[in-house]
Amino acid sequence: MKRSLRSLRKPAALLAAGALLAACASSGGGDSSKRKLPDVPMAKSVGAGEGELNIIVWAGYAEKDWVKPFEQQSGCKVNAKLGNTSDQMVSLMKSGQYDGVSASGDASLRLIYGGNVAPVNTKLVPNYATVSDFLKNGDWNSVDGKMYGIPHGWGANVLMWNPAKVSGELDSWGAVFDKSSQYAGKVTAYDSPIYIADAALYLMKTKPDLKIKDPYSLTEKQLDAAVSLLKEQNKNVSEYWADYTKEVQAFESGTSEVGTSWQVIANTINGGKKAKVKTALPKEGATGWSDTWMIAAKAKHPNCMYKWMDYIISPKANAQVAEFFGEAPSQTKACDMTSDKTFCDSYHALDADYAKQIHYWTTPQKQCVDGSGDNCTDYSTWVTKWQEVKG
Amino acid sequence: MSSAPVGERPDRRGAVSAYFAPRRRTRLSLLLGLPMLWLVVVYLGAIAALMLSAFWSVDSFTENVVHTYSTANFHTVLTESIYRTVGVRTIVVALAVTVIDALIAFPMAFYMSVVASPRARRLLVVAVLTPLWASYLVKAYAWRTLLAPDGPLSWLTNGHTPGYGEAATVITLAYLWLPYMVIPVYAGFEKVPRSLFEASADLGGNAGRTIRSVILPLVFPAIAAGSIFTVSLTLGDYIAVSIVGGKTQLIANVISDQVTLNQPLAATVSLIPLIAIVLYLMAMRRTGALENV
Amino acid sequence: MFLSARTRLVLRVTTILGFAFLYVPLIIVVLNAFDESRTFAFPPSGFTTKWWHLALDNDGAREGLVNSVKAGLGATAIALLLGTMAAFAVQRYRFFGHSTVSFLVILPIALPGIVTGIALQNAFHSVLSIAPSIWTIIIGHATFCVVIVFNNVQARLRRSGSSLEQASADLGATGWQTFRYVKLPNLRGAFVAAALLAFGLSFDEIVVTNFTAPAAIQTLPLWIFGNLFRPNQAPIVNVVAAVLIVLAVVPVWLAQRLTEDAAGSRF
Repeated sequence: MKRSLRSLRKPAALLAAGALLAACASSGGGDSSKRKLPDVPMAKSVGAGEGELNIIVWAGYAEKDWVKPFEQQSGCKVNAKLGNTSDQMVSLMKSGQYDGVSASGDASLRLIYGGNVAPVNTKLVPNYATVSDFLKNGDWNSVDGKMYGIPHGWGANVLMWNPAKVSGELDSWGAVFDKSSQYAGKVTAYDSPIYIADAALYLMKTKPDLKIKDPYSLTEKQLDAAVSLLKEQNKNVSEYWADYTKEVQAFESGTSEVGTSWQVIANTINGGKKAKVKTALPKEGATGWSDTWMIAAKAKHPNCMYKWMDYIISPKANAQVAEFFGEAPSQTKACDMTSDKTFCDSYHALDADYAKQIHYWTTPQKQCVDGSGDNCTDYSTWVTKWQEVKG
Repeated sequence: MSSAPVGERPDRRGAVSAYFAPRRRTRLSLLLGLPMLWLVVVYLGAIAALMLSAFWSVDSFTENVVHTYSTANFHTVLTESIYRTVGVRTIVVALAVTVIDALIAFPMAFYMSVVASPRARRLLVVAVLTPLWASYLVKAYAWRTLLAPDGPLSWLTNGHTPGYGEAATVITLAYLWLPYMVIPVYAGFEKVPRSLFEASADLGGNAGRTIRSVILPLVFPAIAAGSIFTVSLTLGDYIAVSIVGGKTQLIANVISDQVTLNQPLAATVSLIPLIAIVLYLMAMRRTGALENV
Repeated sequence: MFLSARTRLVLRVTTILGFAFLYVPLIIVVLNAFDESRTFAFPPSGFTTKWWHLALDNDGAREGLVNSVKAGLGATAIALLLGTMAAFAVQRYRFFGHSTVSFLVILPIALPGIVTGIALQNAFHSVLSIAPSIWTIIIGHATFCVVIVFNNVQARLRRSGSSLEQASADLGATGWQTFRYVKLPNLRGAFVAAALLAFGLSFDEIVVTNFTAPAAIQTLPLWIFGNLFRPNQAPIVNVVAAVLIVLAVVPVWLAQRLTEDAAGSRF
């Protein structure tokens, strides 16, 4: 009897010690006070490269064609980690192992207020001067007049379909929402809670009595309506995609025939031999992204990061990445360097009014992002709802 | 080593052994100490820390962890129906996979142990273990290919394939974990005295009766042991599901989706498979499965 | 024999079907490694060995292999040490808490991988503030490899009994001499078999590794995970997998021979 109790004492003590240790461990930041801007210092100068650069990028942003010249020029070896969703990128940045990230609008503010990124000294980035003005000092990349990143490019989420299986020229998101039953079992959607905004956008145009003004500012009632629409869509979904290559493979193998996509995915599929796809920007408008390169608060290779930020928005590189991905470049001078001379026109790269119409990814918060009050649903609610949608 | 008897040589060799010889408990503590330190402090400690974090929450905007104690996460997991739905689905899938694997493994192990020649026996065991060395990911992806709309199954059956969904998930998981069921069951069969078969036949039992009344009770602990693997591997799997499951979610998917930004909630949700497997282990302990693993 | 011919036929057929089930997907993998097309439509469109050349040159695959081997060796070494110590304790000493030890040892492999993964990640990151490295990978792997060594060594010890060791001590050997000349040769088979199995488990592990690996280090499964769906890389992945399957027969066979009776080959 005594011995058995004895043999329990040691593990019990160790467990208690472990628990105490955990309780005493401090987390990073941990400020629950609303909107306190963490004080992160800004770089004053850019020195010699550190020889290495670890960045988190969207698929297609760091391809060999323009990364190799950068590596040769700067001596910074680039290790690019692909992020599939903004959530993943935020989480990766929090690990502290990366120097920078190509953050979309639904990641940027979280990173800023989380103390994970530093303000950018735009004087140290010469090419910033000729970036499109409407991308500077935006709501999503600056706070209190301080720029927290370098604009990369912007674009819209498109509707993509396989013309061999889907007839006609689709022009409405209805094809994947209330009219998706004709493609039962072949619809695909983006696997992230931010996709709820796409449903909200559709409802904004088709159910005006819901009074949705902004797809990221949803009251509980509006959110529930969007979630119901998505649950209906779920019945016809084949797969949700986060990894873009999974969507490529799904379309090529015939698993998916219609759904939301990025232009780079369509370019990849059409570049291969297995299938052909078409894309369109539906009449209801679209959600999209405006990406910003941000530098980590405690970057291990800050000089390389500054060099990269200046390089990626230089006219030639920005033109290359914009054409590869299929988005509007942030650099105005890039339009002279695209291989397709009408590229900037077809992507409305210099059209500020057009750019305003896209509903860029933004993090939903309790205080409505469109300023209409503070009864909106926040992102963590969206995350739970999204799991409900997938069922 | 000198040839002189040990006791006559004035050396210190053996002094350490002589010191420890009567101190049985010290020896035991030393032997057990390091492994237990590792398992209890490192492993159980990590699990405990995880469970502790379930009481925390995240700032809804920055997603930094906030160290204020609350049971909000537990409330969420218990009231939101999604966790119940997915949890039940996962358990059902785990049981289905276990049953399928047991049904395939039993005759296989029976044949390998009882009917096959001794030379063939080793070959067959090797043949069962070899697939475990093929990458788990590649095997799952091979099933994705197999079940694709333009894949071999569709080609064979002229367009009929279950596609990606729960059925594909069950098939693929059953496939992946099959060797983990065959080996313990085979080991179980090895322990069955051959004389029992003859005795059963002498007493008038046919094959079915022999299996039901003689073999099954003896082999059952081994099947239970194999089931520990199939159940726990299924409860923890989120990768194979994402490859062949289509839009299906299992509990591990929910956990891995949440852990990105809401680690405390993920910790709370992970209590579901954790409790499930501990209960299962305790139940299987009674059947003697743990000695057969 | 005592089983009717019909029973034996049924068993034989089921076994053949079972093995077919096990190997058809593997055959597909090998086929794809030679398939001309990048996207595995069926039937395969052409035969080529170009993927094999590309695989050999592939930096990612090579680095992944090296990292996996490093992690596997480290994890196996630690598991051998800890597992043997625990097995000896359980088999050669009587104490209360016997079954608790067995239960504790099996926990890391019994608990769902994702729970182990996020627990370790949380422990390293938030509690201990250790940056992920090859060592965090090794710690993760070692933890669930201990049970394999434990089971194999324990089974061997159980079979061989302690009489030889007692005789050795009676003849005046020190503890170390007994271990080196009596116990070790006896256990060698179990060690190698356990080491091979543990290495295999660590080599293919993805779930826990996903949570404990640093950004810069990819084990082979992590590399495969990142390249699985890529049109240009997927065939190379199949080549890597095909090589693994073929090479695996050697250590598996070896492990079997060394454990004499296959009942000793335990997970």
